[in-house]
Amino acid sequence: MSQIRMLVDGREVVSDEGATVLEAARSAGITIPTLCHHDLLQPYGGCRLCIVEAETGGRVALVASCVHQVQDNLVVRTRTERVDRIRRTLLELLLAHAPESPQLQELAATYGADRNRFEQQASFCVICGLCVRYCAEVKGKHAVGFVDRGTRKEICFVPEIAVMECATCLECFPLCPTSYAQAAYVLMKGLAPR
Amino acid sequence: MPRMSTREDLERARRLVLAGRDPDAPCVTVCGGTGCLASGAGKVVAAFEHEIESRGLSADVAFRSTGCHGYCERGPIVVVEPEETCYLRVKPDDVAEIVTETVAGTRVVDRLLYLDPATGRKVARESDIPFYRHQRRVVFGANRKVDPRSLEDFLAIGGYHALATALFDMTPAEVVDEVKGAGLRGRGGAGYPTGLKWETARNAPGDTKYVVVNCDEGDPGAYMDRSLMEGNPLGVLEGLTIGAYAIGAHEGYVYVRQEYPLAVENVLIAIEKAEGAGLLGSDILGSGFDFTVRVHRGAGAFVCGEETALLLSLEGRAGEPRPRPPYPAVKGLWERPTVINNVETWANVPLIVSGGAAAYASVGTGGSKGTKIFSLVGKINNTGLVEVPMGIALREVVYTIGGGIPGGRKLKAVQTGGPSGGCIPEERLDLQVDFDELTRAGSMMGSGGLIVMDEDTCMVDVARYFTSFLADESCGKCVPCREGLRQMHGILARICEGGGREGDLEVLQELSEVAVEASLCALGKTAPNPFLSTYRYFRDEYEAHIRENRCPALSCKALISYYIEPELCKACKLCLKACPAGAIDGERKRIHVIDQERCTRCGACLEVCPSRFGAVRKISGEPVPPPLPEDQRRIARASEGT
Amino acid sequence: MDTERVDQIIDSHRGEESALIQVLLALQRENRWLPKEALDRVCARLDVPMSRVRQIVTFYRAFSVVPKGRHQVHVCMGTACHVRGARRVLDTVQEVTGIGPGETDLEAKFSVETVNCLGCCALGPVVDVDGTTHGNLTPVAIAEVLEGYE
Repeated sequence: MSQIRMLVDGREVVSDEGATVLEAARSAGITIPTLCHHDLLQPYGGCRLCIVEAETGGRVALVASCVHQVQDNLVVRTRTERVDRIRRTLLELLLAHAPESPQLQELAATYGADRNRFEQQASFCVICGLCVRYCAEVKGKHAVGFVDRGTRKEICFVPEIAVMECATCLECFPLCPTSYAQAAYVLMKGLAPR
Repeated sequence: MPRMSTREDLERARRLVLAGRDPDAPCVTVCGGTGCLASGAGKVVAAFEHEIESRGLSADVAFRSTGCHGYCERGPIVVVEPEETCYLRVKPDDVAEIVTETVAGTRVVDRLLYLDPATGRKVARESDIPFYRHQRRVVFGANRKVDPRSLEDFLAIGGYHALATALFDMTPAEVVDEVKGAGLRGRGGAGYPTGLKWETARNAPGDTKYVVVNCDEGDPGAYMDRSLMEGNPLGVLEGLTIGAYAIGAHEGYVYVRQEYPLAVENVLIAIEKAEGAGLLGSDILGSGFDFTVRVHRGAGAFVCGEETALLLSLEGRAGEPRPRPPYPAVKGLWERPTVINNVETWANVPLIVSGGAAAYASVGTGGSKGTKIFSLVGKINNTGLVEVPMGIALREVVYTIGGGIPGGRKLKAVQTGGPSGGCIPEERLDLQVDFDELTRAGSMMGSGGLIVMDEDTCMVDVARYFTSFLADESCGKCVPCREGLRQMHGILARICEGGGREGDLEVLQELSEVAVEASLCALGKTAPNPFLSTYRYFRDEYEAHIRENRCPALSCKALISYYIEPELCKACKLCLKACPAGAIDGERKRIHVIDQERCTRCGACLEVCPSRFGAVRKISGEPVPPPLPEDQRRIARASEGT
Repeated sequence: MDTERVDQIIDSHRGEESALIQVLLALQRENRWLPKEALDRVCARLDVPMSRVRQIVTFYRAFSVVPKGRHQVHVCMGTACHVRGARRVLDTVQEVTGIGPGETDLEAKFSVETVNCLGCCALGPVVDVDGTTHGNLTPVAIAEVLEGYE
């Protein structure tokens, strides 16, 4: 496998072909914020917090580092005014749903995000998909899934599967940045026929 | 039609079909496109079939129900060959006379002809009608000539000549080069160079490749692909087969919106007939090339028009777009190289192969070759589907072909590119219609919808409408699109309801930037366009809504009031009876007054007030005049004006 | 919906898992809605998890997991119809039927949906009722049309 050389925040980073920019940056000790990323799961590219500037051939593009593959001579900048501005707005949009999330609050402090910028719609779920994807890809149980789409997209536990699988697992709970997974599970249990 | 195993079989079959058709014999063509069907074309077809049979003319008169002709405003449409006499707005009751005068005889039925408003004279020949005369219907024109379910009709107009040329006279690489040389760009919206896409797929590693027809036409107001698929499915299939040959694919899919049942039906019939005739399936025309096609229905998701979402839908999954790269040409359906192109793009391919790249590229502009089919709809006199060369001035499309704005209203803007596009204001109407010009003006070509808007259209409401559409159709996977549209829609709706605040426009701009820069797919990246383009050209409307609670177009319900002018009211009680809210007080000879508390702003009163009185008007941004005192409400004499 | 018919439809798509959406569409077309038992059967036969089926039937608007009314009222909200006043037509439909888009009334008489474009832009505003297209509508006209349905 060939070696790819890039510049990340001014530092030369060498990685294997097929690695993502996020992986390469991490290997060099450079932190890029993420929400929907998990090392055990396929890259999702949903939260867009990992957005970075990537320059090649004189053109600068904004790419999601968790899905963007490394390229020779790519020049990556993980913190710029533009990148920071985007991350701040993304955080403010998410905080409207989950203002108490420790993970979001920590990132908000770094980027100066105002949790009251947008009107609170405390639905808590930020549709990061960690619970859904973990249950599908790691556990193979598919006990929780997405329903609907767009602004109405939600996660939903499937009672027939959940009542058989979840009580002895609950591994998605610590993954959830907002504790909504726990709430959804409890709600489902309350509503499910005995 | 018997199975054709060689190129010679094809040409023999074609000659046989043509030999059995007398070009000088009368032939009646009725438009059976969806629009005309909705206007009663089915009954017109039945009436013709009955008349022709009962008069014993079946042997001498050919009859054909075709796909959409394009002049949808004037349907049902009947064209009688060989004179090409074109009758508009035909009713079943007119049919007997048409058969007597024009089919059996050589006279025209004057009242059914097109009346040219410019000359004041009737026009009998279809190609002389200004709507058609100024078009260049090289792709769409076939619709007028074929019954979509007839392989014979398709052969008669030269169908499959291009495929035979490709299979027997060209190598796959040469076909790719021809399409590249022609400069064909995707007609689905993005305008990506088709030849380049094919070349990428052709060179991508792997033995299994796919070709896909994207007939998920989702832009509201655009129905070109529908009409092509319904009206000439064999034309699309021929293009698809040539493309499959070019890239080395042996399986193809046609993805059709389930909202287009007639298109699904007609393409299934076309596939069956082509297979039966040896034009699809194994060893096509004895060339050794195998290619089969399956049809998949969409299930009601606009986002599935996005190529990666469509491919996921073909795999039986939710249509949530994937990040690109990798592009479908390299990793598409089931991770294999896949060329996915729009219906109209495929329909252009036989033209390029038959006529050659140079001829194709001689039409259009430097960056945009060939023609484009547009759906010209909205506040326009000649609603319909038009095909014009790239580079034509938008003004010509709207006025010369479109016949201008009805009711003498003033044009305000032409919206292009669907929910991903923007509005071209009146002052930029002289721009040349091509991919790059439209993008420069802040819009885009899109799939070809041209929505004409007049002075009564509120541009803030237009932005709200599109944003609402996109918020519902967004797959919801990425934050900038899902959450950005949620907030943008909330703000725009609030502005239209009179709750606009200082700072709203800045927030809208910021959210727009984030969506453009950070969204995962093209739906999100272009979602802010309706707001951005209306804000660019119609900022005054936004400011009036926010600062003055006024809707300049008198359209936003929450910002308008209906008012009956006492001077003009004739107390005829028509509005009173029409009002669903019982909000109008009045009697004969007592001037009517609208109770603003009860009024629901449905507009029924304005609708029914006779135009010679014109007593109802809309007010915005100013208080409604108080009602006249009782003693002044009596009308002394029922005469015009006081 | 009887299991035999569900099985027939699944078999006509060769029981392929990737034909999931096509199978569900066929079931929806035939039965006008998708009862739980039909979905359970699809899961079992195609070997797909219920969470995936749940996602499909809610992601795509063609599907209904609740029974529909006797008359399907589809109000076109395409751009051309919108510009010609579709919003007011929809408001009137809501007033007359008492329900909004996505709903079915209590007597199961009407189900109302908004659709994005019926492709009859020359006739806009357009409402399709049970497959019959009504064009050139105004609030007054659509009220009259709906009053004619039992």
